[in-house]
Amino acid sequence: MIRLENLTKHYGSFVAVDDVSLEVSRGVLYGFLGPNGAGKTTTLRMIAGILRPTDGRVLLGGDDVHRNPIAAKQRLGFIPDRPFVYDKLTGAEFLRFVAALYGQEGDAVDRRVAELLEVFELASWKDELVEAYSHGMRQKLIISSALIHRPEYIVVDEPMVGLDPKAARLLKDIFRQFASRGGTVLMSTHTLEVAEAMCDRVAIIQHGKIVAEGTVDDLRRQHRAGDASLEELFLKLTGGAQVRELAEVLGHGGGDGPP
Amino acid sequence: MTQPSLWRVLEPKWRTALQRIREERSRGGSGKLLLLVAVGALFWLAVFRVLYVILRYFRGVEELGPLLAGKLLGLVLLSFVAILVLSNVITALSSFFLAKDLDLLVSAPVDWLRIYLAKLGETLLHSSWMVALMAVPILTAYGVIYRGGPLFAPFAVLTLFPMLVLPAVAGSALTLVLVNVFPARRTRDLLSIVALGAAGGLILLLRVIRPERLASPEGFRNLLDFIAVLRTPTSPFLPSEWATKAIMTFLRGELDPLPLLLLWTTAAALVTIGAMLHRALFAAGFTKAQEGAERFVRGAWWRWTVGTLLGFLPVAKREFVLKDVKLFFRDTTQWSQLILLAVLVVVYLFNIKALPLHRGEQVGFFYVTLVSFLNLGLAGFVLAAIAARFIFPAVSLEGRHMWLLRSSPLELKTLLWSKYWVGTVPLLVLALLLTGLTNVLLQVRPFMMVVGMLTIGGLTFAIAALALGFGALYPQFETENAAQIPTSFGGLVYMMATIALLGAVLRALWTAVYAYVRAVYEGQPVVVDAWMISWFAVAAALCAAATALPLWVGLRRMERFEF
Repeated sequence: MIRLENLTKHYGSFVAVDDVSLEVSRGVLYGFLGPNGAGKTTTLRMIAGILRPTDGRVLLGGDDVHRNPIAAKQRLGFIPDRPFVYDKLTGAEFLRFVAALYGQEGDAVDRRVAELLEVFELASWKDELVEAYSHGMRQKLIISSALIHRPEYIVVDEPMVGLDPKAARLLKDIFRQFASRGGTVLMSTHTLEVAEAMCDRVAIIQHGKIVAEGTVDDLRRQHRAGDASLEELFLKLTGGAQVRELAEVLGHGGGDGPP
Repeated sequence: MTQPSLWRVLEPKWRTALQRIREERSRGGSGKLLLLVAVGALFWLAVFRVLYVILRYFRGVEELGPLLAGKLLGLVLLSFVAILVLSNVITALSSFFLAKDLDLLVSAPVDWLRIYLAKLGETLLHSSWMVALMAVPILTAYGVIYRGGPLFAPFAVLTLFPMLVLPAVAGSALTLVLVNVFPARRTRDLLSIVALGAAGGLILLLRVIRPERLASPEGFRNLLDFIAVLRTPTSPFLPSEWATKAIMTFLRGELDPLPLLLLWTTAAALVTIGAMLHRALFAAGFTKAQEGAERFVRGAWWRWTVGTLLGFLPVAKREFVLKDVKLFFRDTTQWSQLILLAVLVVVYLFNIKALPLHRGEQVGFFYVTLVSFLNLGLAGFVLAAIAARFIFPAVSLEGRHMWLLRSSPLELKTLLWSKYWVGTVPLLVLALLLTGLTNVLLQVRPFMMVVGMLTIGGLTFAIAALALGFGALYPQFETENAAQIPTSFGGLVYMMATIALLGAVLRALWTAVYAYVRAVYEGQPVVVDAWMISWFAVAAALCAAATALPLWVGLRRMERFEF
């Protein structure tokens, strides 16, 4: 179980994450939604142990990420939104390196590396330096690296960015299977169709606070939204007026269009 | 369309710099800034003092004095120009072809001349600020000793500026041509050429200067020959010579506008030619810079060699070391500097061998021991500079990958441990080689050999720890070019701290070494007594503290990193 207790993060006087409490049970694929700058990435990076919270704590299967980091992180696979990888390592070397960070080595790791590269269609690139990889290929490599040590929890920030439709579909299948086998996925995304189709539960965060939480049906009931889509719900909760303003700005801005 | 001003084109850069200063201040960095200014001022004062003493001595030597002062300034400025050409070539590669803002600038309707001038300015600033700062105490000493008056400062700026511009234009142009031959990202070929060119340049420089002739005037047939050599310009076609001439003429109170005119007209002409070259070649070079990532690698070889050798280590440490070694040898900007390092070692040993200590006459035991002792300081300084280039940036270079390292169960201790040993082992080999060979060439006695090897060993551990610790204290996660990382404020503070350590350790050892020298000189048996041992212990304690403390502070700082 992933558990956030009163998680808070301040950057000077700016409150990026404000007293967030959340629980993601085993076998659940959880969507973490919110507009840009709402605090999604900051929350996920605190869960991954990259950022220290100003207050509150993160528990992964009972282990506090910041007090007992080694035990907590052993169970975690983190996929960031920006695929920074060592450019001068090959894909296979990078995966072996990540496995080593989790204390794994030997033939089992080599087999796992080959298996993951095959699944993500990177096998023919395994001995190429990462600097030759496209953005999407790097993203696939990072996803492979998060799976190499067979984690119990996957925390993923914008997983679909840069992926081709085939890889996006593959990733959805992997996450679904992972959850159905008892794994836990916490995923932030802007692709609301993906969240609606895949996630068992969602939380919507705005200005660092959770403004809604539950299944999509729960949210519809709570906000009397009838059979509205998740996108309509999201806009209702996070300020759809801005979208209309944006449409107006774009409508007047086109140089060649009719006045 | 009205073109944006240069100021506007460079806005992201200077705003970033301003923001960094603001952030430092808000983190309570005012005290740190004051400290930096104080340490910097001390460093300046020390350089000023050394130059002041030398120039005062020169002033007292009739006829030869002014010539020697001019020659010295010529040598200093010539080395500046040589360093600047190399550093501009490397900086230009980054600022003209690999910088992140280029996509935006090139796709925007900004004309080629503005891009050229903006990028030239950026290259000039990045590669020359240290040299410009270093020139301040040196020129101040000249101004004070030769009574330059209040107009000397603006005159020196007027002289120095075009001298800095010329290598920047030359370096950028050289990079532009090379990038058109080799793709910028396949920098192996490019930087090998740069490194070999620099190495060749260094050797050439040594031959051009012929310093040994100046060191032994008795080798000249008469004093007039010696003076004739001093009067001959070192290299009449180099801007350093024009700048020297302009400054020395001004200090003599004479009026000769020719050198200044030469500097400014040549700078203007070179900027014009550079701009024309940029117009003709930049588009093609920039296109080439987008392609040609290297693909061929020999990963298995490292696994069999280094991997097997480190088989006794836990897997995380072993793979971390292996990763660092691979990254180093696959990055041309890193390994190509080993060529320069090799040249440096050769020149270093050559200079020691060329010292006139063993020329027929009775070997001066005192001088041999003194040179061997002072050599520890020099070798320490060389090691500090090497550590600044290779170990200081180690933590900064992990910045973009911290998401992986911090989200994995890797302990920061392991990371720091790996970085420390990857840097220390080769540095130690070099240190022992440099000191051992120097002592063999000097034919020192076993006592000094043992003292030298132990001291340089202790200093190496401390220097590597200081480089890593200060690198963690002053990380540069956003810097695009690894070579720029040591030229930051943090790099400066690290070098000063290391120099202070060298001074303290040598001071502590001097008492013990002096007791030894006196005993041998007076023909008495050398007794390693409690007094001597206590000074060795002080030196050892200094090295141990300078090893443990920076690593501890660095680790604490890394624990607070946020990404």
